[in-house]
Amino acid sequence: MFGAGGGTSSYEEIEHTDVVLLWGSNARNAHPIFFHHLLKGVHNGARLYVVDPRRTESAAWADGWLGLDVGSDVALSHTMAREIIAAGLHNETFVRRATSGFDEYRAHVEPFTLEEGERITGVPAAMIREAAHAFAKADRAMICWTLGITEHHNGVDNVLSLINLGLLCGHVGRYGSGLNPLRGQNNVQGGGDMGAIPNKLSGFQDIESDHEARGRFEAAWDTTIRPTHGWHLTQMFHAMETGELRTLYVIGENPAQSEADINRTRRLLADLDFMVVQDLFLTRTAELADVVLPGSASWCETEGTVTNSERRVQRVRKALDPPGDARDDMWILAEIARRLGHDWGHPTSEQVWDELRSLSPMHAGMRYDRLEALGGIQWPCPDEHHPGSPILHERLWLDPVEGMLAPFSPTVDQRPFEALDDTYPIRLTTGRRLESYNTGAQTGRYSSPLHRGESLDLSPEDATSLGVVDGEVVRVSSRRGAVEAPVRVDEALRAGLAFMTFHFPDEVDVNQLTIDATDPRSGTAEFKACAIRVDRINVLAATGD
Amino acid sequence: MTPLLPKRMIEVEIDGTPVRVFEGQTLLDACRKVGVDTPTLCYGDTLEPKNACRVCVVEVEGARVLAPSCSRKAEAGMKVRTDSDRVRHSRRMVMELLTSSVDLSTTPDAAGYAERYDARPDRYGPAAAPNPDRDRLRAGHHVEPDGDTAATVASALKDDNELYVRDYGKCILCYKCVDACGSQHQNTFAISIAGRGFDARISTEHAIELPESACVYCGNCIQVCPTGALMFRSEHEHRAAGTWDEAAQTVTKTICPYCGVGCNVELHVQHNEIVKVTSPADHDVTRGNLCIKGRFGFQHVQRR
Repeated sequence: MFGAGGGTSSYEEIEHTDVVLLWGSNARNAHPIFFHHLLKGVHNGARLYVVDPRRTESAAWADGWLGLDVGSDVALSHTMAREIIAAGLHNETFVRRATSGFDEYRAHVEPFTLEEGERITGVPAAMIREAAHAFAKADRAMICWTLGITEHHNGVDNVLSLINLGLLCGHVGRYGSGLNPLRGQNNVQGGGDMGAIPNKLSGFQDIESDHEARGRFEAAWDTTIRPTHGWHLTQMFHAMETGELRTLYVIGENPAQSEADINRTRRLLADLDFMVVQDLFLTRTAELADVVLPGSASWCETEGTVTNSERRVQRVRKALDPPGDARDDMWILAEIARRLGHDWGHPTSEQVWDELRSLSPMHAGMRYDRLEALGGIQWPCPDEHHPGSPILHERLWLDPVEGMLAPFSPTVDQRPFEALDDTYPIRLTTGRRLESYNTGAQTGRYSSPLHRGESLDLSPEDATSLGVVDGEVVRVSSRRGAVEAPVRVDEALRAGLAFMTFHFPDEVDVNQLTIDATDPRSGTAEFKACAIRVDRINVLAATGD
Repeated sequence: MTPLLPKRMIEVEIDGTPVRVFEGQTLLDACRKVGVDTPTLCYGDTLEPKNACRVCVVEVEGARVLAPSCSRKAEAGMKVRTDSDRVRHSRRMVMELLTSSVDLSTTPDAAGYAERYDARPDRYGPAAAPNPDRDRLRAGHHVEPDGDTAATVASALKDDNELYVRDYGKCILCYKCVDACGSQHQNTFAISIAGRGFDARISTEHAIELPESACVYCGNCIQVCPTGALMFRSEHEHRAAGTWDEAAQTVTKTICPYCGVGCNVELHVQHNEIVKVTSPADHDVTRGNLCIKGRFGFQHVQRR
């Protein structure tokens, strides 16, 4: 946000806020312990509004559910902003002192009246008005979002439109007020922080424009760093298609089951000249590899750090010896470097971390022993006496404001890439369940009473009109592929909306259906919206009887 | 309310020793601060004190009844006695009643407390035969004991899912699992109290099996259970096989491998095998809680 990619608040603050907009997030199931903090807030009197096409387990706790049509988030945000401005409820002082571009923003959202918003999003005007007024009038308010916002072909605009809302009401940079993306994986925040993104060095230092930072890395590594952006994942697959990318080294990822439009992904991976996969398991991706390197579980078989959704860097520690010939990932990387002619020795995780601290100013104060003593430290932590930063962007409330003003960003209201039509009349959106995780490489290996296989969740209305019943196996088709799955009728779904996970790709390969329409800026695919049809094949699921 | 508001210090006297604590701290905090070892069973760091077991009672000068130190807030000038005859007598009776009616074999410190206070549970007679209908007892239908035997809470092991077992013969009815499942932590409300008086027990609705209930297997009830009535299946099986060996276990704090919340997990490892997962009570992210994935989703590193 405004230059640093991280949530602005700490979990604890949501226990003492007044209004929460939970947008495109089923945190009750996907981030259960964050939801504990949120529920403490609800019990303390906070009002909760859940924005989600599905009436989820999270929405069950809400004062209001805004069940919008998939992909109409920008329109909903614009409508709320327009209503807030029209009612004179925006924070004029904050907008004037700390932001830029308000006049353009106001003109941009002006057409989105409550009636227009209802027409586009399907959310009743009165509900939009209630949520908008509650958010704007609150002393403290938070917006929290997840993949329901980002997994769209216009995901970046979705995020920016939520940031605009926060700026409009001054709900950022104060205790209890903030803008918080909930991260889907235990180190997706840390991966970005460490520079595992194509345009930044460690600590969000720009590889193209920050010559001073690049110079420090070049001096430390005694090498020259090309001052050009690399490829993000989607661009890599594009480069495979054009033949520019012929060799791939995959560490701890299973793209042959997790990518959208999976048939295309598998074809591109199979056509590579050479692929190395380093993983705990012989995943579907590893099966396509020329070389498989058995790595170790980064949360319990090695030492290191991860960073969570409140920017807290925490240590992971070795509790188990890895099995068989599996090796620590750092050992593998150092050995490959040595065999390529660069002897790095075998540094400990703490030595690697100390090098990072010497190059990334926002991590500089995070000595291992301090991480241990303080239960993790939230970045930025610029020196060894700094306690870490529970809240980001407090500078926007200083007088005068420090640094650059926070800009309102122009965002465009767009529909999902794939429109519905008579051939593919149902909107499929994908997501997660409580007991499972992503492609199931880890969660497929324990069993619980909550585990049940993949299903096509349909609204009662659609099940009736299709003439299908609970448990009946149907064919689900999109323009890219087809799978068979049992129907599960779910009253949380509105007519025209279907839901599947992708936790059981070995049984039901859901990503054959999804579309790789991607946001050009983030490279994230539109997992949340594709068009499907459902056909009966007159098969009942095995019941075990 | 913002964090880190300044707090007033107040002074109390524990067994004649003056001690200063923050306003809002309890007599138990004061006892611990002066090094007075106070027994507790139902007290837990992450829940509101339940005052159920009464083994931590102390005598406050001028008060008519003994006070549970775990929840009684310290007030300026309080004079507290922790080892008076009255306190010793009360603690002794608590340990006798519990020991005679509950299987405390997996309750840490219970045997030590019983010995310290000279508890003689056998004076209530031999244990009565278990009541096979205990799960179905309704309020107002209590059967009078015969006076010769000691009634117990013994009931059949509830072994109905892959992840944890429930042995309510070990339950001291502190209700902490109900609080953890309910509004204090998990907000799932899968369990509550059924029955009244001695027939009270922890139960799902109509005593249905867990897989039929609202349970989401977060295991936050296991975390707060002080007696081992709720137990990881792995611990239960090791104990049954005689291979549970806490001396051989290491406890390593690390971070859950799943979503981006960053929950702290403590892996209890015996011979390179994870046998139990807990969560530190004093960490702001988790406060002792986990979800099903963090608590039980470790089998993928267990295939040795």
